[in-house]
Amino acid sequence: MPPQLKTLIPLFGAFIVLFLIARHFLVPVSFGELGHYRFNSIAENKEKAMNYAGKDACADCHDDKAAQLKSDVHSGLSCETCHGPGQAHTENPETVKLNKPDQRSFCGNCHSMNASRPKFMVQIELKEHNPDKKCIECHNPHQPWQLKE
Amino acid sequence: MEPQYQHLYEMLSQVRGFIYPNEVDLQWGLLIVLYPYITGLVAGAFILASLERVFNVKVLKPTYQLALLTALAFLLVATMPLVSHLGHPFRAYEILMTPHSTSAMAIFGFVYLWYLMVVLLLEIWLDYRRDIVIWSQQTTGFKGRLYKILTLGVKDLSPRTVRWDDKIGYFITVVGIPSAFLLHGYVGFIFGSVKANPWWSTVLMPVIFLFSAMVSGIALVLFIYMVVTWFRRQKIDMAALDSIAKFLFYILILDFTLEGLDQIHRIYEAEESFEILSLLVHGPLFLTLFIFQILLGTLIPLISLGILQLYKPKELTRRIIYFSCSLLVLFGIFFMRWNVVIGGQLFSKSFYGFTDYKLRLAGSEGLLWALVWVILPFLILGFLLWLLPPWKKLEESTS
Ligand code: HEC
Ligand code: HEC
Ligand code: HEC
Ligand code: HEC
Repeated sequence: MPPQLKTLIPLFGAFIVLFLIARHFLVPVSFGELGHYRFNSIAENKEKAMNYAGKDACADCHDDKAAQLKSDVHSGLSCETCHGPGQAHTENPETVKLNKPDQRSFCGNCHSMNASRPKFMVQIELKEHNPDKKCIECHNPHQPWQLKE
Repeated sequence: MEPQYQHLYEMLSQVRGFIYPNEVDLQWGLLIVLYPYITGLVAGAFILASLERVFNVKVLKPTYQLALLTALAFLLVATMPLVSHLGHPFRAYEILMTPHSTSAMAIFGFVYLWYLMVVLLLEIWLDYRRDIVIWSQQTTGFKGRLYKILTLGVKDLSPRTVRWDDKIGYFITVVGIPSAFLLHGYVGFIFGSVKANPWWSTVLMPVIFLFSAMVSGIALVLFIYMVVTWFRRQKIDMAALDSIAKFLFYILILDFTLEGLDQIHRIYEAEESFEILSLLVHGPLFLTLFIFQILLGTLIPLISLGILQLYKPKELTRRIIYFSCSLLVLFGIFFMRWNVVIGGQLFSKSFYGFTDYKLRLAGSEGLLWALVWVILPFLILGFLLWLLPPWKKLEESTS
């Protein structure tokens, strides 16, 4: 055997063993317990504070709003899309208030005219569509076609 | 409105058209442009060196070691853009430790280690072993001790053993060529396999990356060879220079053809993504694609190198042309990576809008960091040339 290999082969062997030892310590503790992921991450993520409660949680107390929303074109939207994350509110409704976005620009986030917006998002020209009033003075946000005027 | 919403809506008002909220911020910036660029330089420089060795292209001899050392210097830095992009140095490596067949990213550590340990370091060591042994006997002090360590204890200089150096080295080079193809084909694969992105997802991507890697690597060796000889105030080997330029020309043709093929294919297919891609190349990418990559980086070098194949002006003129072409090609390939990486994230997956990329100067993803990773390989190369000067080696083997 050439002398180079006599040195190189043990050297590479040692390198591989060192690598395996290092790998043993570097792979996170619970990795692979139940699959190709770090099992502990589930517990860690569970510990994080929840921000969103979900539509069903709101309906427990606001069944009227839930029923309204369901009955009209906004039925696809979630309460928290407009009111913001509401977990804290569901726990302390008296102290934690959610915002009630009543500015025209808010509705405009989805409804202002934009050629690249998908067609099912019905669009209006904000500057031309009854410009002097707030949207919610005419449209009920939970039931847009129940016009107030 | 909640402050975090306010920010999002503000950002959404600054994009063009309709895009999803998670696309506002472009995640892969300049550092991820550098990553395929630098790995490409490595693969290209190595393939040029292998050309000399395996196909026995004698004229390239003066650049053989230079190309290997260049490949090594850049390979040592190749992971750094990735690592500094990831941040979190205490856990970023975890992905590399736990490879899985469903993650192209996760295998990078092994591809890299294979290439570094088994191919490049071994080939350089075998090529230099005899000289290192001789230098270790002639040199004292720190450098001498370094040489002694580098011999790894194999001090045998008998013709038989030296012949073994050559034989094993040849074998490694033969293994190394597919490895170099693997290394860079793999980098292309990372992008080509993202099926949700019509700008990236093409089976040609690994091949295109490979050929552009060769182009940039050869241009880099050409450039470094000229600069190094100029620094040493030596006469440049015009035959070597001419033939490197010839290879650069050929591979540039192949590269250009392949990329053209890819685009023609895309234009002819005209899938539903075509409109947005066409807006992309005529809008945000116009300068970097048509002017930087195609005109400056490809057409001008292609035409000038092409003319030199037919008509040979004076040496000085040729040298100036080669020098500028190598810089132009390096510039162009950088923007090829840019167009792939940044371009692929500029348009929305809804195909209805664009976001923007603004390069920052400082910060972890900024220009200054990127410059560090570009300059560092040259410093490493300087060190390697000091430690393992190819010219000393040449003199000895001819004398
Ligand atoms: C435990 C019952 C409960 C749940 C669950 C609940 N709320 Fe309420 N919510 C209340 C009560 C009670 C009030 C009235 C508080 C007041 O008048 O001060 C209220 C008020 C509101 C208001 C008006 C606040 C204002 O300033 O006028 C909004 C908006 C609201 N809730 C939205 C939601 C949303 C969205 C959800 C789901 C994430 C939700 N709520 C879940 C009990 C609940
Ligand atoms: C399209 C956006 C939108 C959605 C979706 C939406 N809301 Fe509202 N909501 C509003 C606006 C805007 C107001 C303020 C109305 C006003 O001031 O008259 C409001 C007001 C309220 C109020 C206060 C009512 C009052 O009379 O003061 C409650 C409670 C409420 N929403 C609950 C809900 C619940 C529960 C859901 C989900 C089932 C929901 N909202 C979904 C926009 C929305
Ligand atoms: C998160 C996006 C979103 C927001 C915010 C939003 N809408 Fe809508 N709205 C929709 C969508 C989506 C539809 C169409 C649903 C469908 O037809 O499937 C719609 C439908 C409507 C329609 C009926 C249009 C038609 O021709 O059927 C009206 C009116 C309307 N919205 C008013 C409002 C008003 C007023 C506000 C502000 C309080 C608002 N919307 C806020 C998404 C939104
Ligand atoms: C003065 C009352 C009034 C105000 C204020 C108002 N709307 Fe309307 N909106 C209407 C009426 C009435 C219609 C139905 C007739 C029409 O299309 O003009 C309508 C229609 C719509 C439609 C459906 C258009 C279509 O082409 O089908 C949308 C969407 C809409 N409004 C959204 C808004 C938004 C968003 C705002 C606030 C920026 C707003 N509206 C403010 C009265 C109002």
